[in-house]
Amino acid sequence: MRAYLAQTGMELRLTARRGENVLVTLVIPLLLLLFFASLNLFPGSSKPVDFLLPGILALAIMSAGMVSLGIATAYERHYGVLKRLGGSPLSRGALIAAKITSIVALEAVQGVLLVGVAVLAFGWTTNGSLPWAVVVALLGTTTFAGLGLLMAGALRAEATLAGANGLFLVFALIGGVFLPIDHLPAAVAAVSRYLPVTALADLLRAALGGGSLPGFSLVVLVLWTAAIVALTVRTFRWE
Amino acid sequence: MCFVTPAPRTAQPRDAALGDEQAGVAIRVVNLRKAYGSKVAVANLSFDVNVGEVFALLGPNGAGKTTTIEVLEGYRRADAGEVRVLGLDPQRDGRDLRRRMGLMLQDGGIYPQARPREILRLFASFYPSHRDVGELLKAVGLAEAVKTPYRRLSGGQKQRLSLALALVGQPKLVFLDEPTAGMDPQARRATWDIIRSLRERRVTVLFTTHYMDEAEQLADRLAIVDQGELAAIGDMATLRHGTEATVRMVTDAAVDVEALRALPHASGVQTSGPASCSFETPDAPALLAELTAWARDNSVVIRELRAGRESLEEIFLRLTGEEVRG
Repeated sequence: MRAYLAQTGMELRLTARRGENVLVTLVIPLLLLLFFASLNLFPGSSKPVDFLLPGILALAIMSAGMVSLGIATAYERHYGVLKRLGGSPLSRGALIAAKITSIVALEAVQGVLLVGVAVLAFGWTTNGSLPWAVVVALLGTTTFAGLGLLMAGALRAEATLAGANGLFLVFALIGGVFLPIDHLPAAVAAVSRYLPVTALADLLRAALGGGSLPGFSLVVLVLWTAAIVALTVRTFRWE
Repeated sequence: MCFVTPAPRTAQPRDAALGDEQAGVAIRVVNLRKAYGSKVAVANLSFDVNVGEVFALLGPNGAGKTTTIEVLEGYRRADAGEVRVLGLDPQRDGRDLRRRMGLMLQDGGIYPQARPREILRLFASFYPSHRDVGELLKAVGLAEAVKTPYRRLSGGQKQRLSLALALVGQPKLVFLDEPTAGMDPQARRATWDIIRSLRERRVTVLFTTHYMDEAEQLADRLAIVDQGELAAIGDMATLRHGTEATVRMVTDAAVDVEALRALPHASGVQTSGPASCSFETPDAPALLAELTAWARDNSVVIRELRAGRESLEEIFLRLTGEEVRG
């Protein structure tokens, strides 16, 4: 327990110390929310923030799990940090738990920041279900943290860096984050339906908007989660 | 303010290894073999390290030193043979072993953004009991750099931090893989003092190095491995066993080598120039007496006369050859 707490503290301090990390996990989602919520994207319909906030929350979850955790872990492997920790009494379980805790803590900061701005700047209100939103967010966290670790455990650090940032951009553009996917070309939309980020954004929108969870997106996300976790557990290399 | 929590429950060490620690054996390696694909890193290696001993594992690059250490540390599984560390099987009893051993990898393995004090505190929290972090930082000479991120430390400072991480958990045994690589002479000597203080605490130390003077200074016993096999093992006296003393003489004018060869204890005579020659002899004092008598009788002025034993470097090169390895 003492080791887990100390390791969690270390993970959090390192996360806060990496400038590029703060940029991609906090500053970019916030700027995107401010920018797109200020545009008149959906004339005549409901407030754009109702559509945007869940999408940007999905983006934030992706940035914390896939980009931040994935790249950090890839470099820890590259620098032999994982190997050195493996030679200490810290158990793998405690290390993974510390990493999960630090990601959840980061997401809590992201959530407070993004929801706070949505409420204060754009008058966002919700009659949705917070427990469902949390469940969906945790499912999304598992998927994207798993995807980040999958890359970190199998690819060179530089390849993980490029891959995580590349995927982040692609998922942000075609993943139903800023716009409903029916605005995309039909062929792209057909692919987008099956992406984990589209499913996550869709589910968060339903949970926060007070609707029932869309079954198709739920199945897509759960399948992604199961597949990625299974693959990561099988392929992850500590050295 | 070193605080101690109750010792962890440990699995009872099983089978024959049970007796190792009582018998004074800290590390036991029996017929170890490890290959990576078709490349054999360790062919067949056996040796013991005694409790409280400072033991040097020497060999050219690629001899299998790091592989051997990594099998002992539990990072790699042996293909064949048996290893016991503190009576434990590094694979089966890894958790218990990691609480009792400290280690230093060849490449630090420390977060580039982490600072010496915080990384030491982190590792201190992993162990059942630990040394005082502030004192340890002072002991390894990092008291001035406690807040410098790891990536900005000098090569020698990085090594010393890595050494401190190996020691913070009050281990009974430490593995140090090239602990002084990249250190300046002052830092090397400070590290030697730390290793000597471990011997006083009866901590078993297994280290590798490419500095022969370091091995000769520090080690109680040494093993020289070459191409994955043991070439020699023992203390310095044992390693020199059978090798004769070397006597070197330089005179101020050319000498009659044939006259020198005729001296009763002169053997293995070699010349390097007309006024310089060397002898291999089992009885250096007798030869020295004959040489000085000869010089007096023939009015030869001796500029240098030296008797010595083979250095570790010479032993090492004799056993492992002079060709450069990978």
